[in-house]
Amino acid sequence: MLTLILISAVKALIVVAMVLNLAGILGWVERKGSALIQDRIGANRAAIFGFAGAGLVNTLLADPIKFLTKEDVIPRGVDRLLHTLAPCVSLFPAMVAFAVVPFGDRLHVGELVVNLQAIEVDVGVLFLLAMTSLGVYGVVLGGWASNNRLSLLGGIRGSAQMISYELAMGLGVVAVVLTYGSLDFQEIVRRQGHMIGGWIPSWGILYQPLAFLLLLIAGIAETKRAPFDLPEGESEIVSGYFTEYSGIKYLMFFMTDFVEIAIVSAVVTTFFFGGWQIPFLGSQGFVFPWGWSLALPHVVVVLLQVAAYMVKVFVFCCLQVLVRWSMPRLRYDQLMWFGWKVMLPLGLANLVVTALVLLWVRG
Amino acid sequence: MQQSISVLVTFVLVGGLVAVMVSLGWLLGPRTETPAKGEAFECGNPPSGSAWGRFPVKFYMTAIIFIIFDVEVVFLYPWAVLFDRLGWFGFAEMLVFLTVLGFGLLYVWQKGALEWD
Repeated sequence: MLTLILISAVKALIVVAMVLNLAGILGWVERKGSALIQDRIGANRAAIFGFAGAGLVNTLLADPIKFLTKEDVIPRGVDRLLHTLAPCVSLFPAMVAFAVVPFGDRLHVGELVVNLQAIEVDVGVLFLLAMTSLGVYGVVLGGWASNNRLSLLGGIRGSAQMISYELAMGLGVVAVVLTYGSLDFQEIVRRQGHMIGGWIPSWGILYQPLAFLLLLIAGIAETKRAPFDLPEGESEIVSGYFTEYSGIKYLMFFMTDFVEIAIVSAVVTTFFFGGWQIPFLGSQGFVFPWGWSLALPHVVVVLLQVAAYMVKVFVFCCLQVLVRWSMPRLRYDQLMWFGWKVMLPLGLANLVVTALVLLWVRG
Repeated sequence: MQQSISVLVTFVLVGGLVAVMVSLGWLLGPRTETPAKGEAFECGNPPSGSAWGRFPVKFYMTAIIFIIFDVEVVFLYPWAVLFDRLGWFGFAEMLVFLTVLGFGLLYVWQKGALEWD
């Protein structure tokens, strides 16, 4: 009992540390990356003893300290409880949702078998959808509690956008569940372990390319970033639903953004790019189809798989940053048109075709 | 048991982290209130009354339609997990269900509930 709690706590700590570090590094990638794209220098001022680390000191140290020591302004006429609750309701489900995605295979330590998944429920996919759906409450509460017209506009825009794209996301996920016949993330990842014809890894992208696109696009829409950043829409409604926030609460909304990017990347990786799987790496080590093999100890294999998962997640995070800084913002009618009249029918069609093909293949 | 423990432990940890963040900001930040700072920000103009008023009914429509289709997706999950066991019969049943809802989608589409101007 005590060991169970201890193991769970350690795994939860690892995942929380992972996602917080990822959010910090992504902040740096975004600032320096956007500078690179727009031909600027970007963050370079904050330094410790003259060491600026290409802006790393700025984004990883100076910014959080500054946010923490800023005044937490709560305007008059605001619903104080909801105003404070909104950033918490926004950040909490995002971080919990990240914890349900497995970051490695089972680790054997003596007699103990540790499943490298912080929240090891066997209906992980449902858990993930439930938690990501809760994210909309942060947006609505923030927009409503602020007692500001611009915030309210941002809040209702955001909620309508998030629920519209949630449908396409849900349908994409159903197609994946249909393909693997399981709601367990670990099971889904293990099913992607074998090789087709000995050479090609059987990753989900080969079976569900359309679902991959649907999930990625709907995921970016759920994170409310460009080209889907209408809830924030700086040039129209100041900052949208977090106009009236400052200090640490503002930072929490910001972190939610980055954590959501990490979730989208983690889910895409797990469903379509083999999660922690590395091609040709079995439980005993590498076995290549051209005859070479390399035996590795168990711990090294597990560590390699964790590293592979993190690299894949990071690549997709960078892809989303690149998308954000390359795409102009959609118009609201275009956004709704795309969500309801393109993504939703495509998701339904993909589902029916998947079911037909499965029936045909499996008899 | 193991499942519930892992959920609970993660909830406590993340909840604690969020609570610590909010209270740290409250503890470390200065507090100076001025009349101008307490106003709602409306691009420099004095705010014209409360924001808690009416907003376009379109958003309400979207929410209602969303619930219909979201419940549809929820019904699809158990079907997807048991798909192999249900076979052609399950597929036909789900196709009927999807067709009915597909007509629903066509109807709201025709009625213009998905149009934004």
